Amino acid sequence: VQEKEELIEEWQPEPLVSPVPKDHPALNYNIVSGPPTHIITVNGKECINFASFNFLGLLDNEKVKSAAQASLKKYGVGTCGPRGFYGTFDVHLELEERLAKFMRTEEAIIYSYGFATIASAIPAYSKRGDIVFVDEAACFAIQKGLQASRSNIKLFKHNDMADLERLLKEQETEDQKNPRKARVTRRFIVVEGLYMNTGDVCPLPELIKLKYKYKVRIFLEESLSFGVLGEHGRGITEHFGINIDDIDLISANMENSLASIGGFCCGRSFIIDHQRLSGQGYCFSASLPPLLAAAAIEALNIMEDNPDIFQTLRAKCERIHKALQGISGLKVVGESFSPALHLQLEKSCGSREDDMKLLKRVVDYCMNTGIALTQARYLEKEEKCLPPPSIRVVITVEQTEQELDKAASLLKEAAQSVLN
Amino acid sequence: MNHIVHNGGLYKRPFNEAFEETPMLVAVLTYVGYGVLTLFGYLRDFMRQWKIEKCQNATEREEQKDFVPLYQDFENFYNRNLYMRIRDSWNRPICSVPGAKVDMMERVSHDYNWTFTYTGRVIKDVINMGSYNYLGFAQKAGTCQEAAAKVLSQYGAGVCSTRQEMGNLDKHEELEKLVATFLGVESAMVYGMGFATNSMNIPALVGKGCLILSDELNHASLVLGARLSGATIRIFKHNNMQSLEKLLKDAIVHGQPRTRRPWKKILILVEGIYSMEGSIVRLPEVIALKKKYKSYLYLDEAHSIGALGPNGRGVVDYFGLSPEDVDVMMGTFTKSFGAAGGYIGGKKELIDYLRTHSHSAVYATSMSPPVVEQIIASMKCIMGEDGTLVLISPVGKARVQQLAENTRYFRRRLKGMGFIIYGNEDSPIVPLMLYMPAKIGAFGREMLKRNIGVVVVGFPATPIIESRARFCLSAAHTKEMLDTALKEVDEVGDLLQLKYSRHRLVPLLDRPFDETTYEETED
Repeated sequence: VQEKEELIEEWQPEPLVSPVPKDHPALNYNIVSGPPTHIITVNGKECINFASFNFLGLLDNEKVKSAAQASLKKYGVGTCGPRGFYGTFDVHLELEERLAKFMRTEEAIIYSYGFATIASAIPAYSKRGDIVFVDEAACFAIQKGLQASRSNIKLFKHNDMADLERLLKEQETEDQKNPRKARVTRRFIVVEGLYMNTGDVCPLPELIKLKYKYKVRIFLEESLSFGVLGEHGRGITEHFGINIDDIDLISANMENSLASIGGFCCGRSFIIDHQRLSGQGYCFSASLPPLLAAAAIEALNIMEDNPDIFQTLRAKCERIHKALQGISGLKVVGESFSPALHLQLEKSCGSREDDMKLLKRVVDYCMNTGIALTQARYLEKEEKCLPPPSIRVVITVEQTEQELDKAASLLKEAAQSVLN
Repeated sequence: MNHIVHNGGLYKRPFNEAFEETPMLVAVLTYVGYGVLTLFGYLRDFMRQWKIEKCQNATEREEQKDFVPLYQDFENFYNRNLYMRIRDSWNRPICSVPGAKVDMMERVSHDYNWTFTYTGRVIKDVINMGSYNYLGFAQKAGTCQEAAAKVLSQYGAGVCSTRQEMGNLDKHEELEKLVATFLGVESAMVYGMGFATNSMNIPALVGKGCLILSDELNHASLVLGARLSGATIRIFKHNNMQSLEKLLKDAIVHGQPRTRRPWKKILILVEGIYSMEGSIVRLPEVIALKKKYKSYLYLDEAHSIGALGPNGRGVVDYFGLSPEDVDVMMGTFTKSFGAAGGYIGGKKELIDYLRTHSHSAVYATSMSPPVVEQIIASMKCIMGEDGTLVLISPVGKARVQQLAENTRYFRRRLKGMGFIIYGNEDSPIVPLMLYMPAKIGAFGREMLKRNIGVVVVGFPATPIIESRARFCLSAAHTKEMLDTALKEVDEVGDLLQLKYSRHRLVPLLDRPFDETTYEETED
């Protein structure tokens, strides 16, 4: 007992958190005064916003705001409970119906937080012992969902269907060794429609072929492609002309095109209904405030009434993609129709820190001359495959052609002055 | 076992918590009930398989019938055969503000709860005993709502970016300063979702090589956060300080399981009020243990912030302790402030670390501006217009006192009627034990017929034989509403034979409530 007392006396734990240096790149946030709309006031300077994911410009839309106001007058702000305990409002039911109708699926389910949507959906279906094939460039929310599911994760190279097929074949030979286990092991492929980290699309038609060949289910994360790709904004399935029932689950967040908060999953009732009892972020969390749901419904209305904004957005993306080519020192990463691009350094300085400092100078130059940009932020130690440092460029329908050209020329100037 | 504790001066006020034992006959009957339901479940499954009964389940696509089945048959057994029968007790849709009285949409089912249809009628003015509205801020008019409306028209509903990129608005900075003042800590940080606050920040604080000591009945978000962190998790018995001390001693003396190396840090996860039991954490003893064994304390005040304490500052205020003793003070804005989201408060070092390393700051959208304004307005309402006041305004005091008065009155009356009520005398969450599966559905439906909305919970949220009805009191409930509710609960209790308690309390005379009640001892 004496020994035990001594051990307890001697033990010294680490401090709860290690101190953060004052000049840590992520410590000093940009302060936005006023709404983060097309013209944004960052750190006191007025700039044109090229950093918020407000693709369809609905953040500032008067109709959306008045729908939210009406909802605020009727319901107040919070819902004071999870969906199961008097937290289900008629607005939620309406939004779920509208989303299902818009995406032409049987059912949809809403979450109150975009990150929690895919992070709760994956562990609801995939458990310990199941196998998930996921793209290397998958976003952090997907990584957390996979970690929570405790399944076997197999990463395949970004957009490389040959690599995925190799992994699937390997799994097939494993199955033949142990057919009893194979009969109860579920398999999933998780991909994103438009990747946040690289700005390109996944080759969905090939994936569908692989799905039926190897009997794997597909979960599609459409946060960036919902409301962007496709003739009516229905996402990548419309873009490629694929039957939506071929995709088992589509998950998206409402924080980009719909300019609201939250997320949703849609698909057949057989799949979606399961999340109502086993989606952790759905059952154990308060539901979405009604004013945000009303804002999303109104945004959907606008999307349905004006299908030409998608074409306009795509034209603007193509324009700036072309204009940004040929900047010495920076290369454009992303498809020509992707509204969220990355600008990476052509040649790295050697260390990630130095690269980030250099990019910060480019960003500061642009902010001082009227274009608001931001570096893409990651948690360096937590990401499975950390993307290289980059500047995020976001295109919205509200930006005029002059502003796009101005942004491109300012970036050229900044690159010249900083990188040479 | 009732115990009134004055543990060597650690407690400045009596700590009355009771969990009456399940009567033996009731336990046996409950098991029998579940047994009968299971048998019938097997029978119905058999009939469905042989097509004698129509199968109402959604099924897999024809094209995918040879894929590995998505759900195990047995997983859904409980869902199909037990949950489905009383499914109408949950997910009841409402169509008004979730205040003390609420309007509910009437829904009927013609096929035993497999599908619902809405008749279009609205059941008006149902007394709401299910929403988490402790201080009554769920209002559709008033200063808070007006402020939120103004911010909505100025800023819009969404933010479209993360905190570290372009989503950090001046409103967020204002709110964080206010929250820090409210809690009495150096600095605070806010997040868009309460659940995500736990699941994204615990992994940022601890990792492999650390030890987490978590209470048996912790919320799913704490469990998820602990699992995602990769640290070793050990569970101690609910609110049991001997169990916690034993785990602490063993951890320090024996070190990590295989390598015997000392643990890097030890983090104790507790909640202020446990929402299924209605119990309050024994905070003075936890803090004493934490100091003795040099570990860190993470306090989740989701239900207790605003609801406990003479100044509405939560469980720390309730026990008269200093917020500096709690290393990480976490809470949510959903319950007492009528908004959404969560916060973490603590020393400036801690919050700076979280600003750079929290998953939410880097990858998740920041809070919506009108929601932020609602929190600012309701906090100012509690604290007084001048944000530097550390005390409480008259309006805030009235609400806190009303809630405390409602709590004591309601609990005393229910116990007097002979129901088994779990939890602490001062907790505004009142679990009333039902035990038997049939009574779960019956209680919910009977109370709705009498225009009172209650929440019933069963397995898996509670142990299988301990299903209960849970009342959430609010400062917005008037004495008349409580009396109506009590009358109806009395009637239904007699109808369903729910008065199991064998320790009948002598009913006290109703005393007028005044400020000194917090110092008095209850006989």
